[in-house]
Amino acid sequence: MAQNKLGTFPGGLKLAGHKHRSTQEAIQKAPLSKQLILPLQQHIGAASTPIVAVGDKVLKGQKIARADGHVSVYLHAPSSGTVSAIDDQPIPHPSGLSALCITIDTDGEDRWIERAPISDITTLSEHEIRQLIREAGIVGLGGAGFPSYIKLNPGVHHHVETLILNGVECEPYITCDDMLMRERAQGILDGLEIMQYALRVKNTVIAIEDNKPEAIAAMELALASRANIKNTNVVAVPTRYPAGSEKQLIQVVTGKQVPSKGLPLDLGIVCHNIGTTYAIGRAINNGEPLISRIVTVTGKNVKKPGNFETLLGTPMHELLAFCDTDRKADDPFILGGPMMGYNLSGDHLPVTKTANCILVGVDDGAPASTPMPCIRCGDCAEACPASLLPQQLYWHARAKDLEKTQEYNLFDCIECGCCSYVCPSKIPLVHYFRFAKTETMTQQLETQKSDIARVRHENRLSRHELEKQEKEERQRQRKLALAATKAAKEKEAAQSPESGKED
Amino acid sequence: MLTAIIAITLLALVLGLVLGYASIKFKVEGDPIADQIDKLLPQTQCGQCSFPGCRPYAEAIAAGEADINRCPPGGEATIEALADLLEVEAKPLDDECGVEKPKTLAVIDEDRCIGCTLCIQACPVDAILGSAKHMHTVIADECTGCELCLPPCPVDCIDMVETEVNPNTWRWPDPARIDIKVGDKNGAE
Repeated sequence: MAQNKLGTFPGGLKLAGHKHRSTQEAIQKAPLSKQLILPLQQHIGAASTPIVAVGDKVLKGQKIARADGHVSVYLHAPSSGTVSAIDDQPIPHPSGLSALCITIDTDGEDRWIERAPISDITTLSEHEIRQLIREAGIVGLGGAGFPSYIKLNPGVHHHVETLILNGVECEPYITCDDMLMRERAQGILDGLEIMQYALRVKNTVIAIEDNKPEAIAAMELALASRANIKNTNVVAVPTRYPAGSEKQLIQVVTGKQVPSKGLPLDLGIVCHNIGTTYAIGRAINNGEPLISRIVTVTGKNVKKPGNFETLLGTPMHELLAFCDTDRKADDPFILGGPMMGYNLSGDHLPVTKTANCILVGVDDGAPASTPMPCIRCGDCAEACPASLLPQQLYWHARAKDLEKTQEYNLFDCIECGCCSYVCPSKIPLVHYFRFAKTETMTQQLETQKSDIARVRHENRLSRHELEKQEKEERQRQRKLALAATKAAKEKEAAQSPESGKED
Repeated sequence: MLTAIIAITLLALVLGLVLGYASIKFKVEGDPIADQIDKLLPQTQCGQCSFPGCRPYAEAIAAGEADINRCPPGGEATIEALADLLEVEAKPLDDECGVEKPKTLAVIDEDRCIGCTLCIQACPVDAILGSAKHMHTVIADECTGCELCLPPCPVDCIDMVETEVNPNTWRWPDPARIDIKVGDKNGAE
C-alpha cells in the first residue's frame, strides 16, 4: 500500500458503522421473481424509450428500451419471459409517485440472449468501448446513477491525470461495495483495465475507507497478481463521513478542491464507483449488460441480513421475505443509508440500478421529535463538508428567498445530512435545502418556458404585421394597375376619334 | 466676486457638456422598466388583465396606468415579484380579472374536432397545429394554458386539463409547514 500524504476535507462526522451485521455471510443470489418491474428511468437524464411491445417474448439480457438522447442509456430484460405490461407503476422515489415501467413475467428458464464477449479490448477504439458501455446500460451504481459512458469520455479539451475508484462506502449500514471488493477483486480490476484504456489515465487510486481491512487486503492481493496494471495504488482513507462523496474524496486523495459549479474533470480527475467498475468489466469481457446489482439488506428488523445479487426489477418485498424480515409499519424503511437515503412508500417497489441498500429499522433511531427554533449555535457550519453556511441557507430557504440561497451556494450542498445530524434543535435542514433546490429548478424551468412563449408570441405578432403590410401592398398594386388600365383606356378613347378621322 | 461668477459659469458649462455627452453616449433604447416587468409576467398572453398580451400590460404598469394585481396566471408570486421590483406594496389579486388556478393545458378531443381552424387563429403562441377540414392538435410543450382557444371552438371540443406531477417535476414539500410548532418566535405563521 502506498501511503502518500493524504489531504482532508472540512467538517464531517464520525459515525457508528453498523456494517458488521451484513458482512457475516458471502454474497448470495436472490431468488428469481415471477414478475420484474423495470422503470424506464433508472438514471439521471432522459428516460429510455421502450422497443418492445406487450406480449413480446424476451430473453435474458435482451434490450427492451433504447437510450433517448445523450444523457441516457439502454435497458435490458433481467431474465427471460414475456412483456406483460408497459404502464405507470410506483417507483422508488422520495415522491412516492408512479412512472412508466416495463413489466416482465419471467418463465423461470432464465435463458440468455447470445452474448458477444470482447477478448482483446485493444482491437476497439475508446469510442467503441464507450458505446458498448452505454448499450450495456451502465450507470453510476454508487447512488447517483449518472450514465458511466459520459464519465469515460474526457473530451478533446481535457487530459485525465488520475482515475479514482471509489470504494469508500462511508455511509453506515451499507456494505455492498465492501463485499464486492472482498469477493470479486479480480472482476473489479478487469473493469479498471477497460476504464484505464478508455480514459488513457496516468495514475489510478483505489480509495477504501480504513474500516474495511478485508477489502483493502483483497484488492492489494489481486493487484499484486496483475502485473499489466501499472501506476495503480490502493489507498486507505481515514473513516469519516462523507469521505465517499466525490468532491470530498478528491480532496482527501489529491488535496485538490473541485471548484463550485466545476467538475472533477477540470482538475484532470475522474471518479468511478467500485460496483460500476465491476459492471463495466462484466459488460465488455463477458458481454453481459447491467441486469443485476448487489443490494445490502440490513437493519434492526432483518433476521438474515446480508448482500444479495438481485435482478433489477425484483419487488423489494420478495427480497425482504428472503431475508426473513419483520417490517413494522412505523419502522424506518429506507432506500440507501440512514444519512442520505429516503423513506420508501411501500415494499412492492422494484429494485433499480441505484438501489444500494434497503434498510429496515435502525439501531439508534431517535424518536421523531418536533423541531425546535434555531439557537444559532453554528454546529451545522462546523459539520458541513462543503464549507457552506447551513444556518444562513436555512433562514433564506425558510423565507423562500431563493435568490439569497443561491448567493450562499445552495447548489454546492451535497445533501449529506451532517448539518441535520448535529442540529441540537433537530431542524430538518437538508429537507429545507432539497425544498429550495426543487423550487429553484421549477422556477428556472418556468422562466425558460415563458421566454419561449414570449418569443413565439412576438414572432406571431410580427408575422401578422408582415401579412397586413403585404396585403396592403397588394391592394395598392392592384389599385395602381387598375388606374393604369383606366388611364390607358381613356387615352385610347381620346385618341380613337382622331384616328377615326384620319381613316 | 467676478472670479466666482466666472468660475461657476465655467463649471456649469463643463458639467453641462459632460452631461450632454453622456445622455447621447449612454442613451437607453426602449423602456427598461417595461422590459423588466415583462420578464416577470408569465407570458400566457391570455388577456385577463384587459390588455392584449403581457407586453402591453407591462408597458401600462411601467407608465403607471395599470395596477400590479391584474395577472391571474402569475398569481400571488408574480404580484410579489412586481411589488419587489417596483418597490410598492403587494396587494391581493384583483378578482375582476379572474382567480389563480393550477396550471392547465389545452387538449383537443380529436374525435369531435371538425377542423375549422378558429382555435389556431386564436392561439397567441402558435401552439395549435392543423389545417382546414383536418383534425387539429395542441403542441403540449408550447401551450401556456391561456384558454383563449376555448370560446371560438364551435363544437366545444377543447378541454383544459391540469398538468400532472411526475417524479421529474415533483417538488419537495415545504418543511416550514410541518415544522416548528411549539413556542416559536421566528417561524409561527
